[in-house]
This record gives sequence, structure tokens and C-alpha cells, in this order.
Amino acid sequence: MELIYEKSVPGRTGVRIPVADIPRTTGGFPAGLRRFEPAAFPEVSELDLVRHYTNLSRRNFSVDTNFYPLGSCTMKYNAKVMENAAALFAGCHPVVALLPGGEKLVQGPLSLVWELERQLAEITGMDEVTTQPLAGAHGEMTGIMLIAAYHKARGQKRKYVIVPDSSHGTNPASAAMAGYEIVTIPTAPYGDMDLDAYRAAMNDQVAAVMMTCPNTLGLFNPYIAEICRIAHEAGALTYYDGANLNAILGKVRPGDVGFDVIHVNLHKTFGTPHGGGGPGSGPVGVRAGLIPYLPTPRVVKKDDGSFAVEAHPEGIGRVSDFFGNFGIMVRAFGYITLLGREGLIEVSEQAVLNANYLMARLKEEYDLPFDQTCMHECVFSAARQAKEGIHAIDIAKYLIDRGFHPPTVYFPLNVKEAIMIEPTETESKQTLDSFIAVMIEAARCAKESPQELKDAPITTPVGRLDETRAARALQVCCE
Amino acid sequence: MGYSPNTPEEIREMLAAIGAGSVEELFSSIPRELRAKSFDLPPGLSEFELMGIMREKASTGGCGITPFIGGGLYDHFIPAAVDHLSSRAEFYTAYTPYQPECSQGTLQALFEYQTAICRLTGMEASNASLYDGGTAVAEAALMAFRITGRHQVVLDESVNPFYREVVRGYLASVAEQVVEVAPLGYGSDFDMLSGTVTGETAAIIVQNPNFFGTVEDFAALAEKAHQHGALLIVCSYPVALGLVKSPGEMGADIAAGEGQSLGNHLSFGGPYFGFITTLKKYIRNLPGRIVGETIDKDGQRGYVLTLQAREQHIKRQKATSNICSNQSLCALRGMIFTAALGRKGFEELAALNYDKAEYARGVLSAIDGVSVINAGTTFNEFVLSLPKPAAPVVERLLPFGVAAGLPLGSYYPEMENTLVVTVTEKRTKTEIDRLASLLQEALWS
Repeated sequence: MELIYEKSVPGRTGVRIPVADIPRTTGGFPAGLRRFEPAAFPEVSELDLVRHYTNLSRRNFSVDTNFYPLGSCTMKYNAKVMENAAALFAGCHPVVALLPGGEKLVQGPLSLVWELERQLAEITGMDEVTTQPLAGAHGEMTGIMLIAAYHKARGQKRKYVIVPDSSHGTNPASAAMAGYEIVTIPTAPYGDMDLDAYRAAMNDQVAAVMMTCPNTLGLFNPYIAEICRIAHEAGALTYYDGANLNAILGKVRPGDVGFDVIHVNLHKTFGTPHGGGGPGSGPVGVRAGLIPYLPTPRVVKKDDGSFAVEAHPEGIGRVSDFFGNFGIMVRAFGYITLLGREGLIEVSEQAVLNANYLMARLKEEYDLPFDQTCMHECVFSAARQAKEGIHAIDIAKYLIDRGFHPPTVYFPLNVKEAIMIEPTETESKQTLDSFIAVMIEAARCAKESPQELKDAPITTPVGRLDETRAARALQVCCE
Repeated sequence: MGYSPNTPEEIREMLAAIGAGSVEELFSSIPRELRAKSFDLPPGLSEFELMGIMREKASTGGCGITPFIGGGLYDHFIPAAVDHLSSRAEFYTAYTPYQPECSQGTLQALFEYQTAICRLTGMEASNASLYDGGTAVAEAALMAFRITGRHQVVLDESVNPFYREVVRGYLASVAEQVVEVAPLGYGSDFDMLSGTVTGETAAIIVQNPNFFGTVEDFAALAEKAHQHGALLIVCSYPVALGLVKSPGEMGADIAAGEGQSLGNHLSFGGPYFGFITTLKKYIRNLPGRIVGETIDKDGQRGYVLTLQAREQHIKRQKATSNICSNQSLCALRGMIFTAALGRKGFEELAALNYDKAEYARGVLSAIDGVSVINAGTTFNEFVLSLPKPAAPVVERLLPFGVAAGLPLGSYYPEMENTLVVTVTEKRTKTEIDRLASLLQEALWS
């Protein structure tokens, strides 16, 4: 499809801007400060524009059009009512809240921030929450900055953060951005962080251990409380990566288990749309001892029941410009409020049921490196198919031809030819059955007609793309 | 209740296939003692009650107020097509385009966005968006550390104070020094900035127009930075770039900033997007996702995420940044906005902002004891000096439905009697005149 720039015709105009009702003075703008050339934006009609982006959108798979079992991403249905709710706040300028006397005018949005923080604290078992971080990885970085501030206040400069080798890449990357060196612990045969290696690595130079639980293999680590205890004995803190919180709503609360700092992904667990890569939102929860270090400003509820914005001078500063990705927070607050206690418990139960059903139905056809009850996702390996020359990526591309977005492949890194499937609770048995049937067909094809898999996809606007060429040519904008 | 479709009968069939007696049995790997001690949330609601709650909250959402405030976020006109097209569920319910063949919509749109933002800032390479203005400037500083191998930055205090706070937080554990240089006459103190750059400096960070609305030319400062092997980072306001000289035209090495003004609703603080652009030679040092052009096996053009070897999912702690999710949908809105207005419309939009602000400068500085005190040219905001502290005056005008400006005293203690007044194309002559008469009354009656 042509780029919008290729549809541009010099002199064609699009949407009209507001009419000038004041004298025109732009001629007086100093030449030395003026740009030489206007930015070469496309010159298209409104219909050209609408048709272009409507047709582009049709070149996407999405939750609303296809089953999207991308492991570790929790691609659940995003309820439409939340879009309506978020739109109600479109015109609110956040700076109003910072004006003298301005808080009175924005009690509604401030109450929403405060209530969402209370909801998330109860769900995770933490004492206090900040909604400022704008994505999961941003939450991780914020959390590690809080941990650094905690140690600093105790006169300690610890050097290391421990992560399991199965962790999300963002964990070590976030800890490194906050100035720490990373110690990586291998996975034990039972599918989680090797406890002996962990014990050996723990010492008084370790600032924190970062755990995902259930882990990226979809398994609940039975030693998780022990891991927290070992850290605490050495004076280290424990960090819970909430990427997989969807599995344990109402069942387990990280705070009860012994975690000191957590982040949650509103765009995963709490049903907000993923936007083709964002915006997300990554609120951070802490135990009481870390409250002093939370980012500034805080939304507080006063004794008279009103809400106010307060500076938090002892904290780590500001991690984003205002109150977080508020529009995303509206959707998550709506989701939690609409589902309520029983609805959220049902989320986890049905997510775990769906994942185990898929696992049970597919384990004859695909290797299952860790054959035990899984939580919200299961990780297969295409190792058996790889012996025939068919790799996880070939199976992924075949699924596209059959109308399914592929699962996450080649992650976690500690499983060869990994196929990580997270169906989520919003999919029906019928959808799962059709997906299972196609996965079984793919396994059969791998043996009988491998070329079909190698050629896939054939139904998409483009076939397999040459990624090496992209990295070499490095054309990242239209010349 | 929620959105789980399976019926009791289907659940029984699924449990039978699994070989489990109950759903609860699937959670048996979780030790008893680790079970939730509490889960105290109210029962659920229907959409109908939920919207009732939401409408009530939005009714005290400050939406009815006429904003003469900015702070880096601007009340601009947004064409209806932006909302409609970005509400295509194929865009907003997809995720990061890891599987390019079924994500060409997102990928091509982001490639178009990267092109638009490069053209706007006068630079050569862009990523597919960052979180917001403050984090984009912070990432730009970290990028300068990687490029120069140095760990000191010079930060102009006329950069948005919110951004500076974010920058300080991001750099706290990695920078050797963040040297802040006080403004002069509500503009940059060029002598001080030049004098502070040394062979240890990774970058100078300036903003144009700055937090006070002043427009300046940083070309000479860019040269000065380059003489010392340092980079120039210019934080920009996209709509201003319809009129104002671009960072690229000034010789900047990195441009970064807040993209909200390009078609994103104010929405009480987000979501918006941060942008970052640079020169081709620095592309491998960019943080975050980058979309690149390539071909498929039949030679057809297509788009993929490229240079992924810089990123956290591959490089882990050695990645250029920890960023994973970005603000893709907001960047898409930005792209649609620039295309809806087009080359000429965008230029006209910037001109109209300037003209409205010039008109407001005229009527406001006609009030006794009130003057505009920026030394130089301003774009669509300016600093108004009052004969008394600004904060109580602003507070007094709020009940009239007017946010008269942002008092500077909370951010620059010595500027107690001043406020920044912002005038976008949406402020009508009637609104501006009313602001003037309300201000006159508040000061003198």
C-alpha cells in the first residue's frame, strides 16, 4: 500500500483550521527565528486521509478481529464502555489541579486517581500505590529507584539486583537504568529459579531480587515465600513484576507473600487496550516502609473528604510529567469497579482454566518442557518439529494464514523453540477448540507437508519480510 | 458479571479434558499459607451504573474552564477524523507489531509517523515514540551519554520544570553531574551556558520555545557545544515548529519533547506521547522501538521493527533503554493530525497561535501596571508581570470559569508576581477580551 506521503498532491488541502477573529500579525515574526521550509506533511483531502488509515487498519490483526494468544501480554477483550468513560475526561487540563484553588475544580479526576490506588492496593496486598509510571517497564524502573532510595536512607550503597534467567528483559534493563549491576540466576529442572544458586548469590551487596510470579513459564513458584525470606534476611528487598497478575486475582496477593515493591500492568490485567504497542500504565505498589520515597506529587484525601495534590518532597522526584496515563487509569478503574470482587476472581479462574485446557489438548502434539498444571499461560516447545526442519516461527506464520495471531515465540529464552500461549479468560471454548484444531494441523503439516509451513503466510498483504535487510538498509523514514 | 463466556456445561467439559475435578484444583500448586488474606472489593456493576459514576466524576473535571494555561500541554483543536480513525479497533486493540505480516497497519502508520516527526524537527531518524515530554528529554540525555561516553549535562532552567524534575530522577544514578543554568530575562543565558560547557559535557539541554514562551535561536550554542565534543538537545513544542526554526535547522543533535499538541486530548495528564529524533549517525543509540522499511520474498515493500538488537528483550541489561510498551496509539493520532492539517494547514495553525497570542499580549499589557516581560519574541505564551502576587489573582478568577495562567512563583520563587499566559488558536477574541476585563477588575477594583 502506498504511503500517505505518496498520495500527497501539492496544493490539496485537508481539514480547515479555526477562523481568525483577530488581526493577522505573523508577518512581524522575526525572520531569524522562522523556519526556512514548512514541514513536508502530506497534502490530502479528508476522504483520502480517512480511506488511507481505515484501509491501513485492515492490515492489522487485533483482539477485536482475531484470537490473539500472545503469551505474557494478556490480550483480553477491552470492554467498549471503558472507551466511552475515558472520553468523558478528554477536555480536562491537568494543570488546573496545580493552580491555586484549582483542586476544587477537578475533584472528580482526583478522586478517581485516589480510588484506583486504593483498589490496586487491596488487590495486591500493598500499603500504598502510585499511578505515575506510564508503562510496565517504567513501573519497574520506578520500583527499583524506590528500592535504591530505601537503601540510601539506611546509609547503604548496594550494588546488585538479582533476576532469574526466565525474567522479562525489562527487569534487568530497568535495574541497570537505575544504576545496578545484574546477577542472573539459572532455572532449575522444576521450572523456576534455582534456589541453591540464588542462596549462594544473596549477600549484603544485593539491593533486590525481581521475581515474576507466576513466572514466564506460566508456573507458580512454590518457593516464592522462601525467596522473599532469604532476601529479607540479607537486608535486600523483593520486587514483584506484575505482568502475570491475571493468573492470581483474589487467590494470592504479592504483599501477603512478602513482596516489598510491585508493579502492575493496567493494559494486561485490568483490561485496557494495548494500542498497537501502547499507551500502557504501570502503577507501583509498596509496603509501608517505602511510602516516604514515592514519586511527587501525591493525590491525597483530606479529613473533610476532599482530594488534594500534595508535594512529596522526600520522594524520588517525578517519574512522569503529571498523574500518569490518566485515560488508561479511567479504563482500569472502570474495569475493576464493573467486575467487582467476584468478577475479578472469575477472571483468574477462567484464565487458568482456558490455559490448562489448551495445554491438555495440545500436549500430545507438542513437547511440554514443564509438564505440570499451569497458571494463565503454557509454554510448549517446537523441538520435536524442529528435528523435521520446522521451527516455532514457521508454526507462527501458519497460524496467521488460519486467522490466529501467533503466540509469543522464542520467549522465555530458557526454552528452546518456545511457543508461549496465553488465551486469557475472555475467549470461549469454541475459539480455543478452533485454535487447537489448527495447531494440531500445523503439527501434522510439519511431518507431511512442511513446505506449506515454510511458505506461510500467504494470505497477508505481504509475505515473510526480510528483517536483515531492514537492519542493514536502515530506512526509518520516507526520504 | 465479567467478560468470560464459558457456560457451566462447557467448564465441566474442559475440566474433564484436563482431568481436574474443579477449577479450584488448578490452583493447588499454590501453598495454602500463601493464599490471599483479604480481597475486600465491592460487588460488580453493570455498564449503566458504571457510566453514572463516571459522569459524576467527569462533572467535576474542570472541563468547563477556559484554559489560558499550558505547562507543556496545549488546548488545541482536534479534527474529528483523528478520534474516528484512532478508534478503529484494529489499531487500538492490537499490540506491539512483533508479527509484521499481520501488523502492517500499525507498522506502516508508525513509519509514516517517524517520517512526520523527522520532517517537523528537521532531523533524520526517529523512533516509534516514548512515554511523554519529560521522559523523552531524559532519554535524550542518556542517549548523549552513550554517544559521547561522558556523564555530565548542562540543563537550562528555562526548560519545563516538570521535565527537569524527571530528568534529574532518571539521571540520579548514572550522571556524574547535572549543571543547571538559571535563565536571563525569561530566556536562555547564552554566556553562562557557553561558559559551562567543557570537555566533560555530554550535552546541553535547552527548550524552544522555552517554559516562558520565549523563542530563541540556538545555532551558535550548537556550534559551541560541538567545539567541546558535546551534543545539543533541543526540547521542542511541535505546533510551534509550524513557524519556528526547527532543531535540525539550528544544528541540534537530538530533538525531543511532548507530542500531546499533535492531536491528543488533554485527558488530565495522559496518555500522550514523547518524541525523540536524531541524526542518522546516532540511530543505533536511540532508545525504544524503531520501524524500518524492507521487502518480502517477492520484493514487495513492507515494514518491520528493526534494530531490535538494541532492545531489552534481546540485550537485557545492556539495552539502550528499558522501554517496551511505548505510546504508539498516541503517536498514530499525531500522524493523523499532521496529515489532516497538511503542509499548509499546519503552517497556518502555528501562525494563528502566534497571532492570537500577539493580540492577547496587546490587550493584557494595556491594563495598568501589567506588562509582558519576555525580553524577546514569544510564540503562543508569554510572561505577564502583575503589580502584586499572581497566585491569588489566578485563584480569584477561577470561579469565573477562567484559568488565567500559570503563576510562576511555585517553580521559580523569585518570580512571585508573574504568570505564564497561554493562548492557542481555540481562544476566541471574546474570551481574550473577557480575560482582560476580569484581570483589570481583579487588580484594580
